[in-house]
Amino acid sequence: MTKTGKPLFATQAAQESPARQSGGVRQRPRKNTKAGKPPRPPVAAGQARAKRRSGGLRPPAAIVPPQAVAGRALTLVVAIMSFLACVTVGSVAIVREAADDWANEITRELTIQIRPADGVDMLREIDKAIALAQEFQGVGTVHALSDAETRELLRPWLGDGLDLDALPVPRLIKVSVDDPQALDLAALRQAVSREIAGGSLDDHSAWTDRLASMANAVVIAGFAILVLVLWSMVLSVVFATRAAMSGNREVVEVLHFVGAEESFIAREFQRHFLLLGLKGGIIGGAIACVIFIGLDVLADRRSALPGVEQATVLFGDLSVGPAGYLGILAVIFLVTVLTAITSRFSVHMHLAQLD
Amino acid sequence: MIRFENVGLRYGMGSEVLRDLTFSIEPQSFQFLTGPSGAGKTSLMRLLFLSMKPTRGIVNAFGRDTSAVSKSELPGLRRRIGIVFQDFRLLDHMTTYENVALPLRVLGQEESDYRSDVIELLKWVGLGERMHVLPPVLSGGEKQRAAIARALITRPELLLADEPTGNVDPPLARRLLRLFIELNRLGTSVVIATHDLALMEQVDARRMILNEGRLSIHD
Repeated sequence: MTKTGKPLFATQAAQESPARQSGGVRQRPRKNTKAGKPPRPPVAAGQARAKRRSGGLRPPAAIVPPQAVAGRALTLVVAIMSFLACVTVGSVAIVREAADDWANEITRELTIQIRPADGVDMLREIDKAIALAQEFQGVGTVHALSDAETRELLRPWLGDGLDLDALPVPRLIKVSVDDPQALDLAALRQAVSREIAGGSLDDHSAWTDRLASMANAVVIAGFAILVLVLWSMVLSVVFATRAAMSGNREVVEVLHFVGAEESFIAREFQRHFLLLGLKGGIIGGAIACVIFIGLDVLADRRSALPGVEQATVLFGDLSVGPAGYLGILAVIFLVTVLTAITSRFSVHMHLAQLD
Repeated sequence: MIRFENVGLRYGMGSEVLRDLTFSIEPQSFQFLTGPSGAGKTSLMRLLFLSMKPTRGIVNAFGRDTSAVSKSELPGLRRRIGIVFQDFRLLDHMTTYENVALPLRVLGQEESDYRSDVIELLKWVGLGERMHVLPPVLSGGEKQRAAIARALITRPELLLADEPTGNVDPPLARRLLRLFIELNRLGTSVVIATHDLALMEQVDARRMILNEGRLSIHD
């Protein structure tokens, strides 16, 4: 029934004799034919199976059959690409965090160096330097390296049994900074140069600058890798969409002639690719997360596995951190959206070519 | 409803396959389109279905000059035309019911809104017991009736049928013809492209005969 309550078609209409109407036609009478009989639904094999299957009406089948999209292979490709993208994001997060830690540690420590010179009482200059440093705001502890500590520092280069008096070895004073904001570094540098004979201040800025450059380079390289990986994935999806469109040419044609708009056809394909992208993204992201969590656990246990200890020394606790995991979530989201948008765009391109 | 004025069609740089066609398809009319193979019947059907544009002349469909119709407006016009192909073009992964309901899904209607209409139409074409069957297990006649039902479900103003009886035996051809006549009686214009002289003999209707791209009309 239509919404107006009138029957759409009278069920037995086709069985009645056709009556000529205004502008209509009449079937010529035939002799010895079965034309008077109504069209009867034939009984065929498959009917029972269909009834068993339906038990009423099943949920409508997808217009584009899921198996017609190169699902499994493309899901694997998307999963691999997502994994690589997530590993890149996680690695960048680790390096970035480690670089920040190194920079923080270094900027919280200064070194006053006093070079030996003729007529200079080294011990007096050291005491002066300690007193001078402690006058400045933001300075924590000030500690002059003892002879034993200096020997230990030089041992890798000059060996055991070093006689400090026999060599013009500069003496070092470690100044720890409690509050870098409060410390007037320029004034301290000036005061050390002016008041301490042979004295100079090293704030390790050369190291921190290099660290910042290295961290930035890693971030840029990571971003470039991420773009390449996602671009490869986009191309894979483009080819897969084209293949799906070609494999479903009949579906596309049928949709065209039942009056489907391009956006409807695109939506039907996009739905499959959205799910496929989400599945691949979650698989790739989950594997990357498992690996990062595993690394974290190994580093925590100070495992004796070769490489882990060195990596821990270099990168700290090897933890991706909340920002890294958020980045991985963002990659999964990006992969899903990118897959869906790419497929939609490819469908529109393909339909434009068909027309 | 649809009016052709001096329409010509050629593919690429070839010679014209349709020449100087001038005719109208009137509301509630019934006509056969016939002619020898290669006369241009399928090309004319495609022009009628607005899936091609003529290389010259004017095609006016439902009051619109099709040369001025934008690509985004075409689906709306096509929905006013139902088409039945000789090879049915049913989607094998969908049941008869789903195939017939497809044009309504495309229109964005809810299944609960169209279910009774589709079932009623399937019963009308004699497929009430076969609505849950997939096309591969339907007979040729059942497939043809399913294709007709799909073309009719949106109550088109014009039904185009390309060799609708080409794959069925004579008794079934007569039954299908009765369906078209009944549909015409209910108000739909019908154009049946056919080679089948016996089929045309059964109906007192307008005949459009294509020969070497030219059309002659016998009312």
